[in-house]
Amino acid sequence: MFDSFMWLAGFLGIPYQFRWGILWEAPHYTWIINGLWMTLRISAISWIFAVLLGIIFGALRTVPFRPLRALATAYVEFFRNVPLLVWLFFWYFGAPEVLPEPIRQWLIHHGMEFWSAVAGISIYHGARMSEVIRAGIQSIPKTQLEAGISSGLSVSQTYRIIIIPIALRLIVPPVTNESLNLLKNSSLAMTIGVAELTFATRQIETYTAKAFEAFTAGTVIYLVLCLGIAFVMNRVERKFAIPGLIARAERAEH
Amino acid sequence: MSFDFGVIISNLKFLLLQGLIGIGMFTGGTLRLAIPAILLGFCVGIILGLARLGQRPWIHYPAAIYIELIRGIPLVMVIFWFWFLAPVFLKRPVPEYWIALTAFVCFEGAYIGEIVRAGIQSVPRGQIDAATATGLGYIQTMIQVILPQAIRNMIPSLVTQFIVLFKDTSLASIIGMMDLTKAAQTVAARELRPFEMYIFIAVIYWIFTYSMSRFSLWLEIRMSPERVASPG
Repeated sequence: MFDSFMWLAGFLGIPYQFRWGILWEAPHYTWIINGLWMTLRISAISWIFAVLLGIIFGALRTVPFRPLRALATAYVEFFRNVPLLVWLFFWYFGAPEVLPEPIRQWLIHHGMEFWSAVAGISIYHGARMSEVIRAGIQSIPKTQLEAGISSGLSVSQTYRIIIIPIALRLIVPPVTNESLNLLKNSSLAMTIGVAELTFATRQIETYTAKAFEAFTAGTVIYLVLCLGIAFVMNRVERKFAIPGLIARAERAEH
Repeated sequence: MSFDFGVIISNLKFLLLQGLIGIGMFTGGTLRLAIPAILLGFCVGIILGLARLGQRPWIHYPAAIYIELIRGIPLVMVIFWFWFLAPVFLKRPVPEYWIALTAFVCFEGAYIGEIVRAGIQSVPRGQIDAATATGLGYIQTMIQVILPQAIRNMIPSLVTQFIVLFKDTSLASIIGMMDLTKAAQTVAARELRPFEMYIFIAVIYWIFTYSMSRFSLWLEIRMSPERVASPG
């Protein structure tokens, strides 16, 4: 299969020599494995914070108390409407300037790139996540609660038995989508020097000048990760689907 | 740490003219990249969306594979692919602006294609049957019944995608194109004022994206008669 690429390159008259072996040579494959590990680590940690922020602010946007709602709206609208790249530069280059000196020194010695990237990704995606969660909460009709209470359940029982199980099913598909966005966006951390997967492929490209091989490796790994997670979550959604509810969940996404 | 927001004023001309609009010695500019990228991405998206709904397998499968492939990898990766492949295939150096534009059109086209497909599929089949029953032909059905509803359903997602694309143009700075982000980086490095600089461009980006999202909301309310009747 790789030989066919060689043939294609020759056919188009492109002066490029393929050497797929470089991916298995000594330091290169360790860069990729470490990069993949870093991508997974940064995505997982940012995901936890993003979901927490999303739940807190998504819920705050539905409370009846106006100042809290305004605060949550301000957070969501400001952070999700500015490019993530700008936030990463801000959290890495800008924000440490205003921190007290001891904290800054501590950060510099404990992987400031990593924590800046985590802050940037989780605050940005937390704002996006809260929109998804709010849409999910609001897409459950009030009549569900009323029907539960009038059939003799208490409010907490209604929430536990009816509202939350439905809400989870409605929220899981868009949250999965958003989580995959987070995973892909973690590649931006390379711009502030975090040695994740995209950084590793660029590093191999710089050291060997074999861009095609290096980028192919990165692309395939991202594809396997994203399609794999999407496939598993799709199976989970189908297993727990309630007929008739999924159509409404898709409408609520708009 | 004291703030000096004066650096914004003294570099305002460079940031806005060169960075935002793209007038100056560098080919670039956030708006100069975003506007053609949105228009061309929309065209590519319509073609891909219709192709994915096509009946013939040799039209349907390539479109589906392309869309799923692009949606499974980060935009940075796509930009790097074009950055590497364009000079190899064209056998001459290619300006960053054109690399970024091509990458954005190819990348966003896949996302817009999915929106177009969902929009057309969101129109109930009964509408086609009803239109046929009243004596309309296929083309009349499409133009007068299906497409107006499909486009109305698509608009919120389309504007959201345009906002995403506008924000994504900041990634062109990674391959060195002079956009708002790159301009701010340059000034921040020269003046040693990163905090003020990045807050400033965050506000500029926000003004554009927020007004686009307000516009989308307005359009959505305006174009759906049923919502006017029952607010909330």
